Amino acid sequence: MAELRSELKYLSSHEWARVEADGTVSVGITDHAQEALGDVVFVEVPDLGAEVNVGEEAGVVESVKAASDIFSPISGKVVAVNEVLEDEPETVNSSPYDDGWFFRVQPSDLAELDGAMDQAAYQALVEDDD
Amino acid sequence: MSLATENSAKVALQETALVAVHEELGGKLVDFGGWNMPLHYGSQIKEHHAVRNHAGVFDVSHMTVVDVDGSDAKAFLQKLLANDVAKLKSPGKALYSAMLNEQGGVIDDLIVYAMPESYRLVVNCGTREKDLAWMSEQAKSFDVAIRERADSAMLAVQGPKARELVNDLLKVEALNDLAVFHGIDLGESNYPGWFVGRTGYTGEDGYELILPSNQVEAFWRQLISHGVAPCGLGARDTLRLEAGMNLYGHEMDDDVSPLVANMAWTVAWRPAERQFIGRSVIEAQKAAGVKTKLVGLVLEAKGVLRAGQSVHSAVTDDGVGDEGVITSGTFSPTLSCSIALARVPLSIGDHCYVSIRKKRLKARVVGPCFVRHGKAVAVS
Repeated sequence: MAELRSELKYLSSHEWARVEADGTVSVGITDHAQEALGDVVFVEVPDLGAEVNVGEEAGVVESVKAASDIFSPISGKVVAVNEVLEDEPETVNSSPYDDGWFFRVQPSDLAELDGAMDQAAYQALVEDDD
Repeated sequence: MSLATENSAKVALQETALVAVHEELGGKLVDFGGWNMPLHYGSQIKEHHAVRNHAGVFDVSHMTVVDVDGSDAKAFLQKLLANDVAKLKSPGKALYSAMLNEQGGVIDDLIVYAMPESYRLVVNCGTREKDLAWMSEQAKSFDVAIRERADSAMLAVQGPKARELVNDLLKVEALNDLAVFHGIDLGESNYPGWFVGRTGYTGEDGYELILPSNQVEAFWRQLISHGVAPCGLGARDTLRLEAGMNLYGHEMDDDVSPLVANMAWTVAWRPAERQFIGRSVIEAQKAAGVKTKLVGLVLEAKGVLRAGQSVHSAVTDDGVGDEGVITSGTFSPTLSCSIALARVPLSIGDHCYVSIRKKRLKARVVGPCFVRHGKAVAVS
């Protein structure tokens, strides 16, 4: 069973968002997603300073199997990207919610996350998948 | 992101005798050409390394085994196949060949073994129906019997330690002396129905074993308990691509000539009077000169090459259509970068550019073989 966390918001497209103490929002992919993808071998994150929009493509994750677009759960400016993933993309498999985050956004409207799923809703979606 | 939903269709998939074992081992089972097969058992990359460094076992029972016998068996195969079974001078010897259509396209690629009284063909699972239909059609004017061996299971045990481990288990003296690309029937060595070929699809030494379905689970478990890693079809694909081996439907298909798929070496032109199917067409292609070739690509940037991406001779598109296409691409666990096979114009230089999403990334053009026996080749 894939790990889920109660403090996260989820998209049906398997990204998670976490509001950090400084008000920025971290973005990554779920444990269920990394399991389904298999070994991650390449991650493309947005450029630092780029604007991302809620529900729009903001990067790519490639496993040995396939390439998948990453959608941003929130709009805003990218204030940090996880440089570890450039040389150690497998971190997404080993630590999808902590060391394997993709990028961090200064949100233009935090209320956008109200439209995302909570843990129970995402869990129901994943169980439907299986 | 969107996740492939392999299990959502819930169509009735065919299963090998090992399906319960794959599930027990935590295999991620997917629809593979209508068969419920393990993609990996946790990490495709670890399984890949196990084969390069030690030994791994693959369930390849979805492959189709066909026995051809009868007084015309040899003549029939000499017409059916672009390679010449006359090269199989002694029982056990194996031959890789294309089976061509009248237009010189590849219906399938296969291995044919000479058996004491017959021939044994191993063909792809995805092409099973059209292969059997084509063979039956062509067999009409010959005294041959074509029998699919659906009662058999097939395992590939591959890696530098594979033969040693299998030999220890089976204790058949003759296996120690089995030459590369030869097979042996173990019927007279207390293993009725067992056939072992020193062949593979990984670029490593090893065996492919055909054995009775009702004995495969016990043998699989013995292999695992002797340290052979269970490997899924995901690793099989990265291993074959590193080894520069073709995959039917990617490097060649019904519309692709063997001459542009690195298979010219498998076409036996002599004797000139052997009229195998497709000969006249590919002979004319050879005389006219082919325009493309299959090469290897090594991506110099980060990213992953994939089948279908277009290949350009220059960083900008000059509109002359001097373009090629990737036929298979992946991340190479051995080289830690992305590699591909690509069909490109003969004029391609040392480097090319591949369109990956919105970017054009530089790739090195190399021979179509990246890794053999655990070592990088042709990648300087």
